[in-house]
Amino acid sequence: MSAQAPVAPAPVEGAAPAATFEPVIIGFTCNWCSYRAADLAGTARTKYPPNVRLIRLMCSGRLDPTFVLKAFAEGADAVLVTGCHPGECHYIEQNYKALRRFQLLQRTIEALGIEPGRFQLVWASAAEGVRLANEIARVTEEVRALGPLNWPAGDIVDIDGVDLDAAWEATGGDAGEPPETPGGVNPDHAAAKLPAAEAAR
Amino acid sequence: MSPNARSNGTANAPAPAAKAAKPAAAAGAKPAAKPKLAIFGAASCGGCDIAIVNIHEHIVDVAAAFDIVLWPTVMDGKYADIEAMADDEITITLVSGSMRTDETVHLARLLRRKSQFMVSFGSCASEGCIPGLANLSSRKQIIDTAFTTSSTDNPDGIRPIWEYEVPEGVLHLPEFEPVLRTLDQVVDVDYTIPGCPPESKQIWAALEAVVKALNGTGPLPPKGSVLGAGESTVCDECPRKRDVKKIDRFVRIQQVASFDPEICLLEQGLPCNGPATRNGCGALCPAVAAPCIGCYGAAEGVVDYGARLMSAYASVIEATKPEEIDKVLDGIPDPVGQFYRFSLAGSLLRSGRPAWQNDAE
Repeated sequence: MSAQAPVAPAPVEGAAPAATFEPVIIGFTCNWCSYRAADLAGTARTKYPPNVRLIRLMCSGRLDPTFVLKAFAEGADAVLVTGCHPGECHYIEQNYKALRRFQLLQRTIEALGIEPGRFQLVWASAAEGVRLANEIARVTEEVRALGPLNWPAGDIVDIDGVDLDAAWEATGGDAGEPPETPGGVNPDHAAAKLPAAEAAR
Repeated sequence: MSPNARSNGTANAPAPAAKAAKPAAAAGAKPAAKPKLAIFGAASCGGCDIAIVNIHEHIVDVAAAFDIVLWPTVMDGKYADIEAMADDEITITLVSGSMRTDETVHLARLLRRKSQFMVSFGSCASEGCIPGLANLSSRKQIIDTAFTTSSTDNPDGIRPIWEYEVPEGVLHLPEFEPVLRTLDQVVDVDYTIPGCPPESKQIWAALEAVVKALNGTGPLPPKGSVLGAGESTVCDECPRKRDVKKIDRFVRIQQVASFDPEICLLEQGLPCNGPATRNGCGALCPAVAAPCIGCYGAAEGVVDYGARLMSAYASVIEATKPEEIDKVLDGIPDPVGQFYRFSLAGSLLRSGRPAWQNDAE
């Protein structure tokens, strides 16, 4: 990235510090409550941040954990799941399934190193347009504070051409000293992901 | 070697060669007419090789049908001989093991170039398997665990030296790549034989299908096929009864003295991976009250094994309040180990954050 800086004075939104970082949030809504809430927010001209990309499902119970993992793997900074309040599901009890999947998936992604704040669940009835807008704004600010995720699932495998020797040296390599901090693999990896992530924005 | 060897390297080319192989083998002459087979183990435990040998007397049929050009576990073979071959000269290459070092990546690419059919053999090659769980840690953490943890007897703090000068020249150790990869993340793969290890009878079934196709007596499986396994789930083959489909707690196998021999283990609270796992093993584990751990990988059509399994578990948990749900989920203390024991490297996220994050920054 730094090598390209003098060559291209191209617009670099998002590559800038956290103050101007605009997170990409994938939001799943249910057809009967939360999508209607978002619709109501629009009808009522209630503003909420454009960072969230809403995808309508018939029910929050339709949310396959695969969707969430795919979103993270392909560049989302956060995923927001919304649905009818407990007890008010159009399909009787499927939002409870969504809740259980949410709690289970949250534990798993946390173990993989994704902050819980990047995966949130919000209940909103069809009448709660303002509430949903406020919640979206809250989640957006929380994710903005967390910074970009830049999960390299698609790119980290492309390590050919990377100077592994240099990367190894950077980690303390074979100095024979006990480590102080974990991690520290290859500075190129985080950078390598950036162009794709920026393009997605 | 000759330039036209490459042009012959099509799916149809081996058929006449294989036909010629039968009488040749009987007469003990002209072994060059046989199709060539290579079996290569990358980052693996060797269990796949044992499983291949476990096809018992059929191994003689394999030797009769193929000219085995490389199988480091069983016989001598030189990489230089493979390098000297023409492209597509090897008919089938079975690769067991995952891509951990630049050496295995190099050999996988080399064998891909020299082979008409590349088979991802076993769980390591197909989805990372147990070695893939190293993707939860950085290289530094992995090396430290191996060389400097309290359980390691290494008083001098010896660490790997990747380059070492000796009078004869400079020696190199293969580079340890930051993230372990599956075979299909490195090269194009034609077929997959799942399992840790694949069941021996399934191995023979798969090899037989390919031999028949080469003889012209059977259809060649379409590219991308999963060979030697079913298209459903382990639950489908499991003899246990499932009726309630509700669980209010998860237990660990050592916490319960005995399990009902006829009822589904998951219904009895034992986390069993059957609902997401491909069948073909014969449901050997649940039949003897050991939960399925998922070694046959994702069932047909499943994108992410762990996601499917999490979805299945969450569906049957009998709790609706967040705190109640948490209490049930506390019964799965290691979710990644439970849901991605065999499939982390092949999953959508592929690794944990420490494997790629540069903490020094």
